[in-house]
Amino acid sequence: MHEIDMTKCLILSMEEWAEKKDKEKIVVEKINLKIGEFTCVEPISLINTFNAAVLGSWLDSSAITIETIPFEGKCSKCNRLYFPKKENGYKSPCCNFNLEEIISGRELKIASIDFKEK
Amino acid sequence: MHLPISDKIELNILHQNSHQAEKNKGKFNNYNLLCLNIMSSPGSGKTRLLEITLEDLSKKFYSAVLEGDMTTNLDAARLEKLNIPVVPITTGRACHLDANMVSGGLKLLEKKINPNLLDILLVENVGNLVCPAEFEIGEHFKVALLSITEGEDKPLKYPIMFREADLILITKVDLLPHLNFDINELKSNIASTNPKADVIEISSITKSGFDLWQDWISKKILKFKNNLY
Repeated sequence: MHEIDMTKCLILSMEEWAEKKDKEKIVVEKINLKIGEFTCVEPISLINTFNAAVLGSWLDSSAITIETIPFEGKCSKCNRLYFPKKENGYKSPCCNFNLEEIISGRELKIASIDFKEK
Repeated sequence: MHLPISDKIELNILHQNSHQAEKNKGKFNNYNLLCLNIMSSPGSGKTRLLEITLEDLSKKFYSAVLEGDMTTNLDAARLEKLNIPVVPITTGRACHLDANMVSGGLKLLEKKINPNLLDILLVENVGNLVCPAEFEIGEHFKVALLSITEGEDKPLKYPIMFREADLILITKVDLLPHLNFDINELKSNIASTNPKADVIEISSITKSGFDLWQDWISKKILKFKNNLY
C-alpha cells in the first residue's frame, strides 16, 4: 500500500523538476530510479502503481526503470564488506558481528530523467 | 522532435516528505519541543503505553499527543481523558503518518495550546511495521514497540523499522510465563539488526519497565532543553 504514497512523492518530485522546464514543451521518456534492497519498496509494485497513477497525465507516456542497489554492510571488526542476509541475522559472515554500518541498500532515488523537447 | 536529453538529478524520491519533515523539526526546535515518533504493529500496546506514561509524565512535563489512526478517533478519545491536548489525525487510506499530516496536526495543536508551553509531543503513528519507518515526520527520536506475542523473528522480518528506531520497547512481558517465547533470541535479533538501539522490557499490566522508560524520556527532554542534541 505504501507504494501509492511513494508514487505520490515521485510524481510531486517530477512536477517540481518540470517547473524548471517548460512542461508543455517536453516529453518524459524514462524516469530512472535507484532503489536499494534494504528499503520498504517492492519495485514491481512501484512500477504498476506509477503506471496506473499517471494515466491521462503529462507523464502518461513515461516509463520507469529501476536499478536495484545491493544491500551491503561493513564488518565493524575486520572492515570487510559483505551482503547481509536475513537468514544469518544480517551478521557478518567473516566475524559473525552485528550489522553496524550499512554501505548501500537504503537508496530511494530518482537518478536521472530522460526527456525530449517537442 | 529533438534528441533525448538525460538530466542526472540524483534526487531522493521522498524528498518532498523529507523537506516538510525538516520544516516540522524546525518548528519543534523553535518551540523547544521534543518530538517522539511512536511506531509498532497494530495491537502491540501503543495507546495503553501512552495512557500509563502520560499519567506520570504530564505531572513533570507539559505534554501533548498527535494521534494517528486510519479510520477512527477511538485512541484519541482515550487519551483526551488524561486532560492533555490531543489532536487526532485520521489518515484514511494511508497506512502511516507523513510529514504533511503531522504539519496539519501541529497547526490544529497550535489552536489548542501555545506549543511554547509544551515540553514533549508524542506522535502515535498508525499501526504498521513497514512504511512508517520510511516516512520521516520531523521527529527527534523514533520509538518502536514490539510485543512478545508477535514473535522473536520480527526484527529480522521488518528490519528497517527496528534499524531506524532509537529505542525499542519490548511490550507485554507479563505474558512471558504463559508463552513459549525466547526473549534472549528476540534481543539477539534486535542487536543484529540494530546494535545501537536502547532496549527496555515493559508491561502495561505490572508496570515493570515504566521507570526505565520514563527515565529515558526525561533524560531526552532535559538534554534537548539544554541544547545538547
